[in-house]
Amino acid sequence: MKHRFIIAPITLGLAAVVSILPALPAHVHAATRQSALTAATISAPPVPNAAALMKKYGSKGITLTYVGDAVGLGHNRDLILAAEFTKDTGIGVNIIPQPVASTDSYSQKVRNFQAKSSAFDVMMIDVVWPGAFAPYLVDLKPYFSAAAIKQQAAGIVANDTVGGHLVAMPWFGDFGILYYRTDLLKKYGFSQPPKTWDELTSMAKTIQAGERKSNSRFSGFVFQGNAYEGLTCDALEWLASSGTPNFVVNGKADLNNPKAIAMLKLAQSWIGTISPRGVTTYQEGDAQVAFTSGNAAFERNWPYAYALNLATGSKVIGKFDVTTLPAEAGSQPVGTVGGWQLAVSKFSKNIPASVEFLRYMTSPAAEKFNAIYAGLVPTMASVASDPQVLKAQPYLKPAIANVMRVTRPAGIFGVNYTKASQVIFQGINQVLNGSDPSSIVSGLDTKLNAILAQH
Amino acid sequence: MSTSVIPPTTSVAPPALGGTRSSGGGQRRNPVLRGLFYLILIVLAFYLLFPFYWAIRSALIPESAAGNTPVEYWPSDATLSNFGDALTGGILKLPLINSAIVAGSVTLLSLVIGASAAYALGRIQFRGRTIMMYAILSMTIFPQIAILGALYTQFSKWGLINSEWSLIISYLIFTLPFTIWVLQSFFRTMPRELEESAYVDGASPFRTFWSIMLPLAAPGLVTTGLLAFINAWNEYLYAVSFLQTADHFTVPVAIVEWPPSTGSQFAVPWDHVMAGTVIVTVPLIVLVLIFQRRLVAGLTAGAVKG
Amino acid sequence: MKKPSSFAAGTIIHRGGFTLQKRQVRLAWLMLVPALAVLIFVALYPLVRTIYSSFTDEQFLGGTTHVVGFANYYNIFTNNTNTAASYPDFAAATILTLKFTVWSVVIEFLLGLGIALVLNSQFKGRGGMRAAMLVPWAIPTVVSAQMWKWMFNDISGVVNDFLMKIHVLSAPQSWLADPSTSLAAVVAVDVWKTTPFVALLLLAGLQVIPTDIYEAAAVDGATGIQKLWRITLPLLRPAIAVTLIFRTLDAIRVFDIFNVFFGSTIGKLTMATAIQNTIVSNNEVGYGAALSVVMFVIIAIFVVVYTTVFKVEQQ
Repeated sequence: MKHRFIIAPITLGLAAVVSILPALPAHVHAATRQSALTAATISAPPVPNAAALMKKYGSKGITLTYVGDAVGLGHNRDLILAAEFTKDTGIGVNIIPQPVASTDSYSQKVRNFQAKSSAFDVMMIDVVWPGAFAPYLVDLKPYFSAAAIKQQAAGIVANDTVGGHLVAMPWFGDFGILYYRTDLLKKYGFSQPPKTWDELTSMAKTIQAGERKSNSRFSGFVFQGNAYEGLTCDALEWLASSGTPNFVVNGKADLNNPKAIAMLKLAQSWIGTISPRGVTTYQEGDAQVAFTSGNAAFERNWPYAYALNLATGSKVIGKFDVTTLPAEAGSQPVGTVGGWQLAVSKFSKNIPASVEFLRYMTSPAAEKFNAIYAGLVPTMASVASDPQVLKAQPYLKPAIANVMRVTRPAGIFGVNYTKASQVIFQGINQVLNGSDPSSIVSGLDTKLNAILAQH
Repeated sequence: MSTSVIPPTTSVAPPALGGTRSSGGGQRRNPVLRGLFYLILIVLAFYLLFPFYWAIRSALIPESAAGNTPVEYWPSDATLSNFGDALTGGILKLPLINSAIVAGSVTLLSLVIGASAAYALGRIQFRGRTIMMYAILSMTIFPQIAILGALYTQFSKWGLINSEWSLIISYLIFTLPFTIWVLQSFFRTMPRELEESAYVDGASPFRTFWSIMLPLAAPGLVTTGLLAFINAWNEYLYAVSFLQTADHFTVPVAIVEWPPSTGSQFAVPWDHVMAGTVIVTVPLIVLVLIFQRRLVAGLTAGAVKG
Repeated sequence: MKKPSSFAAGTIIHRGGFTLQKRQVRLAWLMLVPALAVLIFVALYPLVRTIYSSFTDEQFLGGTTHVVGFANYYNIFTNNTNTAASYPDFAAATILTLKFTVWSVVIEFLLGLGIALVLNSQFKGRGGMRAAMLVPWAIPTVVSAQMWKWMFNDISGVVNDFLMKIHVLSAPQSWLADPSTSLAAVVAVDVWKTTPFVALLLLAGLQVIPTDIYEAAAVDGATGIQKLWRITLPLLRPAIAVTLIFRTLDAIRVFDIFNVFFGSTIGKLTMATAIQNTIVSNNEVGYGAALSVVMFVIIAIFVVVYTTVFKVEQQ
């Protein structure tokens, strides 16, 4: 063959690679690669009312379809818990991993409900979807005692209660926290992390100016500024910690107030000064990489980044810590709630059995397993204070874990939440890119109120 | 278009495998121009290949070192563990097979169905030809997202969700019109004399198509086949919407959904994703290169014979 | 028995009862049947459904669907960004898409033509160059878009680092955030990704041009440029037409790169990302369908222009 001198080396190279495969230093098997924090030495908890369930369902040959976590540790956790459930109760569980991108995952559920399909019995619901999916989900209140519901985080339960019906059960949570460089705070003479946004701004300025002398790429503060749902989360934290409790208060959007405008002006001032110009295109990964590589003094992100900052290759091992986000004087620090719930579809053909599966998965024991095995933030205070969980997730110490949670106004917008959120993050992104905050917020008010009126 | 002194059989050159042609590229005997020529080639190759090199380099460092500065063009502590994980983890095994099946079927079907349709549209005059051409093209103009919902409903009814067939069928909507249009332009440029001499010799229209015209369109077939294959291989939106379980994933979905090191949806295992991408790209290129050469040589060898 | 009128000389041979012409026409329809069958069976329902949906107020989730006649189209043409429905600014999206299309198609065409001409001639390393050309195409777009986003990162991106090292830039540039460079960044990625497509198509077209024409021209004393201009390009015309049609079609439908780079940033929406947002975020399937139909018409206009200019229907 004419081009054997191209093909042959490539083929030889491939053969060489394949032959040294067995000797390659692989980490723990990719699908179960654990984070730098968790140890995989925990087994699935038994089902509490196993005997009764086995008696009732064991011989019926039921198989539920559960749309669970995306491929990876989350999916493996689902497999382990589902296997235990089947073993103890005789109810089979068929697991479908959901797509990793949230629009794809949302569309997957939407199509199922629009077709009134019985294909999915139990499913994972993002914290902002209960309002949209409420008409299609089973009310869980009749199936749970008041005490059991009280065990769950009150704020998230309120988020999941639409029109008096509890349509989803909290399962694992997430909330915004502030990552900061302990070594740099010491170096520039700051005794503690910033308590107010103004303090953060000035501390970041000082640190950045000092660090830029040796590292031209250093930035003071990185966060999620791209025009996507994450910006809604960040912006909610800014506003709720500076006197505007939420985008919609008492059924009305009133962002056109001096406190909100002042806060947004402050955020706008960060771009190009303490935050890189490109922060308006940053999502979680971009901010995390900036901090992990040692190029940022402060970062706003979810708890997941903690383990990544400790993993091999990180430049901030032993040099960082986390705390609650700053708040303006007169306001409390807050964290926007992220995370997932479990829900049962109204079109399911096995509602009681599905509810039992849901009960097991959202029980304290299963949440503890989840927290240790997959490193996901538990929603129950009792689980969060368990010493084993604290070891796996150090950022759950009470000072941080008890921060006030704010939820995005998904319930009040219902099926229009994605539309409302898009309006919000597009507007805030424009402010970050230089548009005048006053005109943007008055536009936001008009649009959000129009959407509310429509609902 | 052949001049009268040259017999028909040699009037279409074998695609430039062994031929030496300078089709407007300038006098290559001039050393200065030659040097410039190679310089431009090198810059071009750099532009095309650098991101791939960057993918390899990114796969050689752990996830948490991804954004470390100053930027290292060759990582100081390179590790092969990401490649090891990617190859031994079993993440890519089934997706590679699934993608090969889907892309291969789409290519085969596009070529078979498309070549016949293209011959009809390109060589035979009949009423309604133009309308047909535009009708076929218009099937493919809608943006993918617009027909996704209706396609999903349709496939649900046929029970094709989570099956490779849903992808094979939906990709045909996009590759078939393209294949037909490209091939018909090929068939159009072929001299009439070929068919005429075949008819004079007593060949039926179909035999003419099969034994004479088709082999001569070899470059077109190879090219459209290649493009159809790669398009089908790379497609993401429909794959992620119609496929549900990991054993049915195609390669793009498997790479995007690569298991992260924490359970969180926000952590993208960039190191593994890059390793997976590299692993998948290299054999694809080698395969395609071998295939392209063989097929073109094989087809045209037949055509040039008297 | 109809005698075909405008036909190239010599193709009508009487044989038995049927003229060859009739046999050919019958064969033509037979050969078309599989393609038509596939397209009707698979594509017709979704297309008709989408067009029907454009005359309704169908929602993605929930709601009852009502026929609203031309209301959606009216809103599109008055560029109504209705406060409650929060329709996207489709006019702005169209303009951005067309800007992007013109830049990328022109650059890709010229670059692709150059590469095709080069690859069509003999030189050492041609095989390697062909392989290099396939690399951008072989990486899934969702992955390569994210990769380029990292490369364009203003802090740790290699593009900034490299340009600063060779002293083209003095300070890091925010390629994606800065409005003056964002379109260039997106076009650069698309050119990287799709020039191979153009080059391959044109190369295939070049390969069927007979060599003896060049030899005859060389005997007559033609220079390289003359050969290019008077022989190659005219003979390449059908291939150029098809390449431009499909390249433009794909450029107008661009989605992945803009979605990964910019999300839903105001002023950075393309037609396809605007439609995606309308359907999934705004919950409006009917309006999204109407936008798709408008997009279809815009693309169709381009196709008609191309086929007219390049006289695709004539030999």
